[in-house]
Parts: sequence; C-alpha cells; structure tokens
Amino acid sequence: MVTPEQLKTWIESGFNGATVSVEGDGHHFEAVIVASEFESKNRIQRHQLVYAALGDKMKAEVHALSMKTLTPAEAEQ
Amino acid sequence: MTDTVNPSQDAPSVDEQIKQTVTDHEVVLFMKGNANFPQCGFSGRAVQILKALEAEFVTVDVLANDAVREGIKTFSNWPTIPQLYVKGEFLGGSDIMTEMYESGELEQTLKA
Repeated sequence: MVTPEQLKTWIESGFNGATVSVEGDGHHFEAVIVASEFESKNRIQRHQLVYAALGDKMKAEVHALSMKTLTPAEAEQ
Repeated sequence: MTDTVNPSQDAPSVDEQIKQTVTDHEVVLFMKGNANFPQCGFSGRAVQILKALEAEFVTVDVLANDAVREGIKTFSNWPTIPQLYVKGEFLGGSDIMTEMYESGELEQTLKA
C-alpha cells in the first residue's frame, strides 16, 4: 500500500526544489505541490508534470490522487 | 479469389471513434458508469458539477468498453477517468473540473 511519505518522495523526484505535502488514507490522497516548473503552464500541463514524475509507480492508485498545483507566487496569495 | 478483409482495418480505430464522439457532441464526459449510476466517486462528482451547472452533456461509460477505457488515456495523455471534453477540447479530470467550477471558469466555458 502506498504511503503519503512515499508519494511525496516520488513527486519531489520529478521536480527540482518543489514543496510537496501529501495526506491520505492509503487509498485516496490529497497532494499540494508548489513548483516553479508550473509557471506559464495551464492546469492540465501542471497535472501532467506530476503524473510524469509518478511514471508507472501509481498506475493503479493514481485515479485516487487529488492535487493542487501552484507556483511559488500563487502559493503566497 | 476471395478477398480477405481485416475487420480492424475497416472499423474506425479507437482514436477515431473518440475523436468522432468529442466532435459530434459539445460536452462529453468519459466516466465510470453513467449520469444516473456513477460507479466511482470522482465520476460521480464530475456528473454533479455538470448537473449543478444545468449543462447538456453526453456520457461514455468506459467500463462498458475496455478499448475506449485505455484509448482515452493515450488520446488525452491523461491517466485517469473521468475526462471532460467541451467543444472537442480536453478540459481535465474531476480535480480540475472542481477547481474550474469553484472559480466560475467552467460555467463560462460551457456558455461560450
């Protein structure tokens, strides 16, 4: 079973210097990701970056991942 | 000499079927189950949002068609279901639909 910590590490590995927080019960996960890579990217592209970081690790569980994807500036608002 | 016909050559590919569906209908929700009986929480939320906006939409039950269930993921380069298409354009899954609904963006997109 995937743990929030594991998921946090996988996501962080796809970005350099992102701030990631993950909560979850092992089945459903809520992730908040703040990364400069999101700048000038729309929501779909941002989520696709996260899915790319996860690769096949979460093939089965990925549908249970809700995400908030923010740039550092948006996170401060 | 009898012709050999390869049915898969004549039948439109999954990609073409999906393309046709999202072109023929203005609002299409690829989901698990249907609008009255969603089979997954995320698909259910997507239906509730469209109903709250009184949108006219058609649904495609990916549970009833494995080829579409996998084909839609490569079509949009998006690994999850549900998937919303408006005027042929992929908008996102239930997460993004929720964000756009809360910001009022989804209503504008549907009305545009």
